[in-house]
Amino acid sequence: MNTVTPGQYLPESASDTTRMTRHFRAEKFDFWSFFFSGLTGLATLFILGILATILLNIIVNGWSAISWHFVSTIPKKDFFDANTTGVLPMIVGTAFRVIVMTIFVIPVGVITAIYLTEYAANTSVITRIIRAAVNNLAGVPSIVFGLFGLGFFINFVGKNLDKVLHNSRAVWGQPALIWASLTLAVMTLPVVIVATEESLKAIPPGLREASLALGATKLETILKIVLPQALPGIMTGGILAVSRAAGEVAPILFTGVAYYMASLPAHLSDQFMDLGYHIFVLSTQSPNIEQTRPILYATVLVLLLLTFALNIVAILIRARVRKKLRALG
Amino acid sequence: MGIHRGHKARPGEWLAEKFIFLVSLSAILMVLLIFLFVAREALPVFLGQTNTALVQKPIPPDEMDKHSPAELQAYLELTPEQYAKMDKATLRSLMDVKVEAQDDVPEDFRNDPDAKINTTEWQYLVESHKWSGYDKPEYIWQPVGQIKKFNIIPLFVGTLKITLIGLLFAVPLAVGAAIYVSQLARPRAREIIKPAIELLSGVPSVVVGVFALLVMATVLQSIFHYQTRLNAFVAGLALGFAVIPVIFSIAEDALTSVPRAYTQGALALGASRWQTAWQIVLPAALPGVFAAAVLGFGRAIGETMIVLMVCSASVMSWSIFDSARSITTTIAAEMAEAVNGGPHYRILFMLGALLFAATFISNMIGDFVIHRFKLKLEGKK
Repeated sequence: MNTVTPGQYLPESASDTTRMTRHFRAEKFDFWSFFFSGLTGLATLFILGILATILLNIIVNGWSAISWHFVSTIPKKDFFDANTTGVLPMIVGTAFRVIVMTIFVIPVGVITAIYLTEYAANTSVITRIIRAAVNNLAGVPSIVFGLFGLGFFINFVGKNLDKVLHNSRAVWGQPALIWASLTLAVMTLPVVIVATEESLKAIPPGLREASLALGATKLETILKIVLPQALPGIMTGGILAVSRAAGEVAPILFTGVAYYMASLPAHLSDQFMDLGYHIFVLSTQSPNIEQTRPILYATVLVLLLLTFALNIVAILIRARVRKKLRALG
Repeated sequence: MGIHRGHKARPGEWLAEKFIFLVSLSAILMVLLIFLFVAREALPVFLGQTNTALVQKPIPPDEMDKHSPAELQAYLELTPEQYAKMDKATLRSLMDVKVEAQDDVPEDFRNDPDAKINTTEWQYLVESHKWSGYDKPEYIWQPVGQIKKFNIIPLFVGTLKITLIGLLFAVPLAVGAAIYVSQLARPRAREIIKPAIELLSGVPSVVVGVFALLVMATVLQSIFHYQTRLNAFVAGLALGFAVIPVIFSIAEDALTSVPRAYTQGALALGASRWQTAWQIVLPAALPGVFAAAVLGFGRAIGETMIVLMVCSASVMSWSIFDSARSITTTIAAEMAEAVNGGPHYRILFMLGALLFAATFISNMIGDFVIHRFKLKLEGKK
């Protein structure tokens, strides 16, 4: 029976009462509901399956090829040779560029987030433009950041810097670590802003009001009350930015990465080798893909361990911040 | 002692506030700079100042004075600043070089009609042309060789092909998972599944590329038995992996933000959980889900490394089992060999500018729809 007409289930006898309660208690079995619910569940499982397959494939294949020697060796010119190669310069290069990036992106991102949450009126035009710009920056393709780095940092800033400093040869007007880092800093700016903003919003307004009521100025309140509280969120933003930047290859293609370097990068105007770019080189330019396969997997595993360790820490901190935010209503 | 108010009382405070405001403008500044400097490098193409014609009618250096500075500048392929800096003697020697360059043109090309064509004109960039040696007009991207062909249509077709495959694969999966996680799953399952899918977005695109190259390409070929091992189909699916987390997060967020009263009302009226999700929550969250797909599109056309690793040959074909080359791949693969400031370099920057415009528009649409959606939900609460 599909429809319930009024009065139909008026209890006239004991058996009718049980029928009525049963009707309300047990959900009717509907085939299509079951089918489509199952379909969405399968979609979820499929996505998780893809993730698991990618990770397992890399861990299983990479684990057997990874060794202390591999991680700590500077390779000779022919880095396709599985026995003598290593990834030390790539690890150092990736770490170096990411650290320099952090120095630039964290202050700018945090200050922007402070302006957006603490000072700006939510409805003002300028706030809306800033927010739109942040959203847009997050959606710009990474290769366009690479072009930007080449067109702005190298061809404009770098070349003019060389002119001002009277360098006889190009020192800054060529691909260099600093330009790659700055390009990545522009790219990860939205990540830091959004994470910091989220954590600033999670701080109860009462704390700020109490501080102001005690006579602290707005700046004092922000520096001594709000920022210490927001520190985990700022750290999350930084970690997410670092893990995003560590795996990006497209923005550094024209701005600083080198195919091969005999020594480790020591100066901001040096070029550098990079884990992600090295993976690309190993997988597409190897003379013998079967022989380079183990070192390719090992390099991927190193990069993955690096980014995932960072990601998991960030996700854990963020989960705590979000819980706090939800508790506030 | 009078009471001071405003910034006179606390100049430090006032300065700090202005400083914070100025720094916060950096995001706007960056978007503007990106557009400005990518477009700046591409400007000569838009202004018609590039010339790739192999055979040009040289201007004899003696007739230098008969031509206007603007003509000479375009002829010598100089920027106005460069031109302004040069004295007459330098210009003259440049013109001699130009004349000599004509003598170096290989004999075979002297009488080739193609050699007189400036291939960076719009007509040759977007329309098909019957090149010598071909039977019919064709769209060709071939930036190497004596006659450089810069038709951008094959790149657009390649980009669209790969992006559409990626989206057709990713959108149903991601939206399905979003419905499951936000509406049907138990809270405990949700706590595990959501971070796991977010973790997928933490996989760098080169890693997805390696997986597609070594594992997926082989597996898919053994299933579908197609000719080319690395093709648009494999690239599209791999691209799908990369955009699934993006679409999932935004769609899940939209579905969760539908007021609880909607769900509770439907359940109280006897609808099943699925009926509630499908007929009540999804229609209410539809703008958000649509925005998720639009933002996923923006992410997909901008993805570089996956497509670069999986397929790269630029052939004009709509078949999904042929190779294809996207705009991003072209820029990444060819920038290193393009001469800084040359026509090829300029055209790659022009492609970058077009890409930036496309993602800018799709971001704007996505954000606008989400903004309206949130306002509507708040208004109804």
